[in-house]
Amino acid sequence: MKLSKLEKTIFYILLTAFSLYFLLPFVWMILTALKSEAEAYTFPPKFFPSVWHFDNFKAAWNSQPFGTYLANSLIVAVLTTIGQIVSCSMVAYGFARFNFKGKKVLFTLLLCTMMLPWDVTAIPLYMEFKIFGWINTLKPLIVPAFFGSAYYIFLLHQSLTSIPRDFEEAAKIDGANEFQVFTRIFLPIMRPVLNLIGVLNIITVWNDYLGPLVFLNDRSKYTLALGLAAFKGVHTQQIVPTMAITVVMVIPPLIAFGFAQKYIIEGMSGAIKE
Amino acid sequence: MKELTKKKKINFTPWIFISPWIIGFLIFTAMPLLFSLIMSFFNWPVIGQKVFVGFQNYITMFTKDAQFYKSLFITLKFALIFVPFNLIIALILAVMISIPVRGVYAYRVIFYLPTVVSGVAVSIIWGWILNGQYGVFNYILSFIGISGPDWLNNPSWAIVAIVIAGAWGVGTMMLIFYTAIKAISKDLYEAAYIDGASNVRSFFSITLPLITPTLLFNLVTSIITSLQEITLVLLLTNGGPMKSTYFYGLYVFNNAFVKNRLGYACANAWFMFLIILLLTALVFKSSDVWVYNAAGKNKKRSKTS
Repeated sequence: MKLSKLEKTIFYILLTAFSLYFLLPFVWMILTALKSEAEAYTFPPKFFPSVWHFDNFKAAWNSQPFGTYLANSLIVAVLTTIGQIVSCSMVAYGFARFNFKGKKVLFTLLLCTMMLPWDVTAIPLYMEFKIFGWINTLKPLIVPAFFGSAYYIFLLHQSLTSIPRDFEEAAKIDGANEFQVFTRIFLPIMRPVLNLIGVLNIITVWNDYLGPLVFLNDRSKYTLALGLAAFKGVHTQQIVPTMAITVVMVIPPLIAFGFAQKYIIEGMSGAIKE
Repeated sequence: MKELTKKKKINFTPWIFISPWIIGFLIFTAMPLLFSLIMSFFNWPVIGQKVFVGFQNYITMFTKDAQFYKSLFITLKFALIFVPFNLIIALILAVMISIPVRGVYAYRVIFYLPTVVSGVAVSIIWGWILNGQYGVFNYILSFIGISGPDWLNNPSWAIVAIVIAGAWGVGTMMLIFYTAIKAISKDLYEAAYIDGASNVRSFFSITLPLITPTLLFNLVTSIITSLQEITLVLLLTNGGPMKSTYFYGLYVFNNAFVKNRLGYACANAWFMFLIILLLTALVFKSSDVWVYNAAGKNKKRSKTS
């Protein structure tokens, strides 16, 4: 597309205008978290705090067991990531590198589960986990990850199908068994996509609100997302500490995204393309 | 005998690899799905006697529960505003970030950034921005002479507030459009340019027809997600004011986990499941008319998407 000088100027103005919509809320979040309570509640709003209250974070953090919530979030994030990487790599390999009866039906079924509404399964899952004795433990959030997730399996599957058959044949001639072909040849090939899945999973799990809301009811089991929502619920008239915790909540996914943005923007779109 | 075991071994290898998903599918998807259908025929409290009631839950839902229709209507209204709005913004942004000018990568990242933020944080941030008394949004509007409403406490504006906050996460859809646009051959644009076509003309004659399969994919997924929207309404308005944002997802959630009517909530959930299936089928069916089809190549794609 060729742009004239005038078009280019208009284009940049438009880009910047849109950027404001996407960026200013972040800026406003940080500025609010650093104000005094009295200064936050003024109209017209003051953009910059007259005194920068960096101790807001400490005060807000210590007002509730956020350390425990954080620990729970980290446990869930680490364990689910391990679970997803192990299970999804196996399943994707099974679907992408073998021919077997019923493969097409099963793979279609797998893709269909991505379209399944959340609440159709959430209610019976609640009953199911109640029978297992898992309610109010972190297990409902962790264990399913060890059985794979349709979207991640799909992403890996796309990265495996284009590889020529010669790869496993050569390895088998060299005396490798099926399992060794998987671990020594295909796991390294899947590595970039596995990294992407790791990051996507950490972000998803860290942000998850509905899962913890349904399956947890004791504060000692809360994740950070649920803890923050509960904090917001009882401190409706105290925006400053709420915003301070929100900043803490938002920063880790942003950092994770920062590390993996090339992977996410190019890699994810590469896979969607199929 | 020896040959038989050998044959068996060959057949079983892929099954071993996909077994985690099969087991997980049975325990965490298939069984709950079936269980949910069964529960919908029961009066099923969390604790206490479960009573088989036949179609009673469905009958109550359709004939006695006014809130069912209200929630359904509000949710459809939301989808009707949100889906086209989101699709258009996503498409505009995708076109913009695919024009190779200096610094465009930075904009790509900026537009995508909010999608990594938790719904909890989104609702807190936007709840504060849209606050009727101290909100910075109304302050900015006042510069251009608009006196903004009390977004979250005004029954006619609350749904718009949800749309504004929800559209913050448009980046995922934008990225999918962007990929499709990037895949279009540059030669087509060159040829159009030589023939004297304007950029706008190129967009409508080349870009738009070629990305219709992606448009279809985004349309279907965004209909599905907006019909299920719950996190934002739960945290931003909690269904209020005056139940003006009491979306269907929230209605089902409250029936199940607040009012303890699990069986009834399952009937609600199954009804929405059927609507979603129907809409998806309808969109795919109509796609023959408007989805660009390059020698059947794209057809296969829209099926798998």
